[in-house]
Amino acid sequence: MATPTTDDTKAPGALRRYARMLWADKLACAAALFLLMMLLFAVFGPTLLDGAASKQNLRARNAAPFTLERGFLYLLGGDALGRPLLARIIVAAQNTLVIAAGAVAASMAVGATLGLIAGYAGRTTGEVIMRLADVIMSFPSLLLAVIVLYMLEPSIGNLVLVLAITRIPIYLRTTRAEVLEVRERMFVQAAQVMGASTLRIIFRHILPVILPTLLTIATLDFAFVMLAESALSFLGIGIQPPEITWGLMVSQGRQYLTSAWWLAFWPGLAIILTTMSLNLLSSWMRIALNPTQRWRLELGGKRND
Amino acid sequence: MSSMLGKRAVSSFISLMVLIVLVFFLSRLTGDPAALYLPVDASEAMRDNFREIHGLNDPVLVQFTHYITDLVCFDFGDSLRKARPALEVVLDSFTWTLQLALITMALVSAAAIALGSLAAFHVGSWLDRLASGLSLIGASAPDFWIAIVGIVLFSVTLGWLPTSGTGTVWHWVLPIAVLFIRPFGLILQVVRGSMITALGSAYVKTARAKGVRNRPVIFVHTLRNAMLPVITVIGDQAAALLNGAVVVETIFGFPGVGKLMIDSILQRDFNVILAAIMVTALAIFLMNLLIDIAYALLDPRIRT
Repeated sequence: MATPTTDDTKAPGALRRYARMLWADKLACAAALFLLMMLLFAVFGPTLLDGAASKQNLRARNAAPFTLERGFLYLLGGDALGRPLLARIIVAAQNTLVIAAGAVAASMAVGATLGLIAGYAGRTTGEVIMRLADVIMSFPSLLLAVIVLYMLEPSIGNLVLVLAITRIPIYLRTTRAEVLEVRERMFVQAAQVMGASTLRIIFRHILPVILPTLLTIATLDFAFVMLAESALSFLGIGIQPPEITWGLMVSQGRQYLTSAWWLAFWPGLAIILTTMSLNLLSSWMRIALNPTQRWRLELGGKRND
Repeated sequence: MSSMLGKRAVSSFISLMVLIVLVFFLSRLTGDPAALYLPVDASEAMRDNFREIHGLNDPVLVQFTHYITDLVCFDFGDSLRKARPALEVVLDSFTWTLQLALITMALVSAAAIALGSLAAFHVGSWLDRLASGLSLIGASAPDFWIAIVGIVLFSVTLGWLPTSGTGTVWHWVLPIAVLFIRPFGLILQVVRGSMITALGSAYVKTARAKGVRNRPVIFVHTLRNAMLPVITVIGDQAAALLNGAVVVETIFGFPGVGKLMIDSILQRDFNVILAAIMVTALAIFLMNLLIDIAYALLDPRIRT
């Protein structure tokens, strides 16, 4: 089954078009650059800096930030065991982003598939799937994660699993609602009349219409999942040392709040800047991926929403 | 409307049952409470005696049937940690969380509706930009980090507010402020969007064309219609506030149900976990009911 890539033939043009639209929204542009930097950290950070980030230097215990006398890596100070905070934040980017990306990808794949089925299949199948979503939705997601995670062993895989399960209903409900609306439109009915198979209708005609919405939600949800993961790690039931994530770093720095605020401050700032960038990018995507809204970004970047 | 309520009650009940069965069996997999509650050098006979008293020696299925039959008579069992009825323990801490949530949501709703409407009237103004900035921060800020920074700033450095515990009014300021941030940002966005839609709608244009003055247009025509989606979000956020309560109560040592749950999970106090789940689920159900009623009051089309 060929995935719908209608823009494929004019890919360079489309790419330039999106780049220009990104340039038109300076905040989203900055956000995209920041996220790109975090992505590079996550990919290359551990291989380049793993040694430096785990090497203890007792002379640099809780070293104050903003001095270069111990070298560039101590620019943000040292932690309780004298490890350079900057290096640790860069290395922790990998776990933090991998967990969030894994959870978002898994919940989107499962949620969208179930949503397509619930929207396109008969009523009873749809009802059963929706009741499943209700079970998950009926209880605050973080509490659910806390309960399940304590019963499973806290590991990266289980954390991804738990976070993914709590987020499935979001994609499921959105997809189903959109499918119910789109399937009544003329082009879908035309395809049905012309004898297209169900799979072809779903993948070729329905999915492309709802994909932008799903991607926008996924970007927003990435931020939410990151916050949830860091909260779990902060509570001590997420990632366990010696693995590190930003949330765990905040939790470790908490005991030294009064004497060395930077231990908890910098990793928290990394979380905030990343989630903020994701939010900005998501609101840009909402306009850029919508053909009827696009002109706002293409007309000299004057935003008047 | 009543048939919808019945359906809602049935589906909530089924959800709750699934949750309880899952938690009941999974929680018993986490380990033996006797290992936690007795001294390390306790003899095997003492451990066995402990398990016998608390009915933990029976097969899990038998324990489950006991639990369910007791539950039917509203007996939630005893707390291992506090040696009091589990329901009592849960209700004690639940009143704390309820107060916290009510005050926070009242403040959030008032502030978000006021600022969101103002932003919608003056689209593109500095007020509007302030509103979108605030909601961006609300959606991005990790609550535990805000709490920590708040403690460092207001308690440690400035010495204005207590770091944790309860007792005076001042103890409530930081927890409420931290809980305030996320729902405020979200509700603000919805109020703004919904007000802009309502202000651009045909019935408002008609009213204006007929010469209705600004104030009646806002309070009679716009606000009432714009409030429908807002109420839904307020309900969702009030339930989601429990997420924040877990973190906030742990950091500020606040004796609410979030902290109780974390503590009971870590201490394998099974009866309290289950009772807490049931009480919160019931509270969320009742709140959704209130939302539905408010919806019906605002929108006559739903009442039939």
